[in-house]
Amino acid sequence: MTLPGQAASLPSEVAAPEVLSPEARIQLADDVAAAAVSEVLDSLDADLVGLAGVKTRMREISSLLMVERARGQFGLTTSKPTLHMSFTGPPGTGKTTVALRMARMLHALGYLRTPRVHAVTRDDLVGQFIGHTAPKTKEAIAKAAGGVLFIDEAYYLYRPENERDYGQEAIEILLQEMEAERSDLVVVFAGYVDRMETFFSSNPGLSSRVAHHIDFADYDRAELVQIARLMLDRDQYRFSPDAEVAFADYLELRMARPRFANARSVRNALERIRLRQANRLVAEGGSLGRDDLMTLTEADVRMSRVFAPEQAPSTQAETQIETKAPPG
Amino acid sequence: MRLTQGSFSYLPDLTDDEITMQVQYALDRGWPVSVEYTDDPHPRNTYWELWGLPMFDLVDPAGVMREISDCRATFPQHYVRVLAFDASLGRQTTAMMFLVQRPAVEPGFRLTRSEGADRQQTYSVTAYSSDRPAGQRYQPS
Amino acid sequence: MTLLAPDEAAVPSRWDPGVHSYASMGYYAADYVPKDTDILAVFRVTPQPGVDPIEAGAAVAGESSTATWTVVWTDRLTANSHYQAKCYKVDPVPGRPGEYLAYIAYDLDLFEEGSIANLTSSVIGNVFGFKPLQALRLEDMRIPIAYVKTFAGPPHGIVMEREYLGKYGRPLLGATIKPKLGLSARNYGRVIYEACRGGLDFTKDDENINSQPFMKWRDRFLFGMEGVNRAMAETGEIKGHYFNVTAGTMEQMYERAEFAKEIGSVVVMIDLTVGYTAMQSMSHWARKNGVLLHLHRAGHSTYTRQKTHGVSFRVISKWCRLIGVDHLHAGTVVGKLEGDPATTRGYYDTLREDHIPTNVGNGIYFDQDWASLAPVMPVASGGIHAGQMHQLLDYLGEDVILQFGGGTIGHPMGIAAGAEANRVALEAMIKARNEGRDFLREGPDILRTAAKSCVPLQAALNTWGDVTFDYTSTDTPDAVALATPGN
Repeated sequence: MTLPGQAASLPSEVAAPEVLSPEARIQLADDVAAAAVSEVLDSLDADLVGLAGVKTRMREISSLLMVERARGQFGLTTSKPTLHMSFTGPPGTGKTTVALRMARMLHALGYLRTPRVHAVTRDDLVGQFIGHTAPKTKEAIAKAAGGVLFIDEAYYLYRPENERDYGQEAIEILLQEMEAERSDLVVVFAGYVDRMETFFSSNPGLSSRVAHHIDFADYDRAELVQIARLMLDRDQYRFSPDAEVAFADYLELRMARPRFANARSVRNALERIRLRQANRLVAEGGSLGRDDLMTLTEADVRMSRVFAPEQAPSTQAETQIETKAPPG
Repeated sequence: MRLTQGSFSYLPDLTDDEITMQVQYALDRGWPVSVEYTDDPHPRNTYWELWGLPMFDLVDPAGVMREISDCRATFPQHYVRVLAFDASLGRQTTAMMFLVQRPAVEPGFRLTRSEGADRQQTYSVTAYSSDRPAGQRYQPS
Repeated sequence: MTLLAPDEAAVPSRWDPGVHSYASMGYYAADYVPKDTDILAVFRVTPQPGVDPIEAGAAVAGESSTATWTVVWTDRLTANSHYQAKCYKVDPVPGRPGEYLAYIAYDLDLFEEGSIANLTSSVIGNVFGFKPLQALRLEDMRIPIAYVKTFAGPPHGIVMEREYLGKYGRPLLGATIKPKLGLSARNYGRVIYEACRGGLDFTKDDENINSQPFMKWRDRFLFGMEGVNRAMAETGEIKGHYFNVTAGTMEQMYERAEFAKEIGSVVVMIDLTVGYTAMQSMSHWARKNGVLLHLHRAGHSTYTRQKTHGVSFRVISKWCRLIGVDHLHAGTVVGKLEGDPATTRGYYDTLREDHIPTNVGNGIYFDQDWASLAPVMPVASGGIHAGQMHQLLDYLGEDVILQFGGGTIGHPMGIAAGAEANRVALEAMIKARNEGRDFLREGPDILRTAAKSCVPLQAALNTWGDVTFDYTSTDTPDAVALATPGN
């Protein structure tokens, strides 16, 4: 599509770009995509804590594609690298966020037609009766066309114990899509590392097409505190110094409990702390300044049930609510 | 004979790139796209066979192009057309329709006349192909 | 008889016998707020020298509702203030001294439901000859939903017509048979066959072809359908010819329309000159019998064309949509007949849209809500040719019938070639538009490229390439103070 004011030409009339002579020299930084790519990588550094391995791999992929573009300028043969990936790790470690940023980066580099990510789970791909699966899988592929298809908890596609399961059909359609030479889609499989391993070893066709396996480790406590600080900063809140210490204590206790979901759990905890702050401010009455509205105190943190003596039902309630909350 | 139904039948047959651009035009307007096929090209045959349901909520034409290719590959000697639907208030009807495949040989239509009183004739237009049952109507040349 | 200015009249009582100013009798009411159910009209009033504009506006209100030139006691047997029309606003027209716009509100009770004959007799039946007015023009009307709903409207409408014909996503194409008069029935049918076979969707009788010594209607219909059906078999598309069923009496019209239906025509045609009542009867017939109804606006420019006196075509458009026609000629902008771009856009919007907001630049003086009354397919006919396809598409849009009479039949390679040229030009332009090209600017290139694979189009461009009709329009909107030169 041409933009208003831009001279249009029929597809067959577009002139091929000039090939550089063998002696020419170029700067990779001059590539128009370079600016967009470094913007994505920089924001990744700024917004996501830790994930050193992930960030390194992203950089490597972007470099590969930049070099391919440079090779194209000299008329050297280029091949479109396969970029299907698996993201392994527990929930709340940033897999979806990284997928979104990755899509933006690949789009800037011209590898993807659009920076769109279409996220699906097994239910979006697999039907309940014969003939139901193929249209569903094809529809998911069509909706992701030109961008990224992100399949969360992909291992649920494969249920060998249930013979009436149609997941295998979905896997075959995905395989066809990933094999196709002119495939214009990047598929990302996501989930827990051990279950993903089982999934791939039972489907060697798939695993041979997944070029990049990227692991998202659990965050450590210091990283989680940093994440909390980032989240609060974005919403224009902050911990008092005592509150931050209290929060570190909170995390230590909470991480030991079941169903801890990393950044997601941190977000939920912060929501509850804000709730307590609000309650406190209303109960106290009196005049409030800007600082009072922004600051979360130690009391706000320590009121969490996690600090109370062991009471199985209430902590279960707290952790139950956690896993159903929206992703952080 | 060349069937001239659809919006672009007087132009050279559309290439896949050109079809993609037309589909993009429809998707940009939020119109779902549908693929249909038939071997009965009579102009009053409104209901061609559906190749799958209309595709809703698409932004990129690749999915539609795949369905078109699959339909053409499955029925290489049928007419195949693409439609787009506009659901907006006041329209709620078909917004676009054009052919994307025609059989290699199109014998056309027979015009039958039955004489009536006073020079009046009753005309009937029948496709030569419908002399044969569905599925056997068009053979490669 | 001179009108008294409002402040001059010494009126002890409204009901004293004698002559009072219209304004003092309540026909001018500056604080009247029009009701949603009122029918509103705006008149362009040119009072005679010395006549007060407010009194003139009030007089128009009076003479188009309940007043007469002197007080009558029988008025007092009625709820007079309910029935009298109220002129609620009089504005001078900027840049045209001596002209005023008078806005008048009529209560719904003044009109019979579902009758354009009554509406017109009421609003324009009496007042236009009124001596104190030098000139008077009905510029626009607001038909309230309460009144819209008493009409059936177009028998089919744009959506249904397209589904009927199976044609979507492009303007439809037609041609009027030329020469207008004199062909025999057999030769007439030949033109229909060639044009429809070549690629047009419709052909058309001209407005003055009814049933004359050189060709009677029945013979024309029979040969015409032969051509239409042959063309349908040759192309596999539904084709039609608008058979003109206009006649001297209603009974004859019904006879001709019934015959057209019996022999399988998808469409019939009538002229504006049959009158509003006949038009509405034919509209009901068309709905009942599933036949498209085409209206030729014959004779309208006797009263629509001059800026100062008559009835604007946009009002005629509204009446025709209420009466219910499927096609209405509404102007081409670039062809041989009157119609400037802004006012023509006003007519097209009035026919096609469901809600038209006030836009004085397009000549639309009121918000008009049609409450889902079916839209009318506008017809652009008169001096247009394939070389203007990009301009036509840009000005007129997709839901329109483009008729190329001379532009088809006058083609050097023959009628079918002329039809093909028009069809190829249209399809190429639509394809380019969908591809996102700036088709208005690149139109000539698009046509030339298409002509490379279509010899008839090449010939058409060579023959008519630079023909345009550039005359100053007689009816342009007032509010064009900042118009760009050369339109």
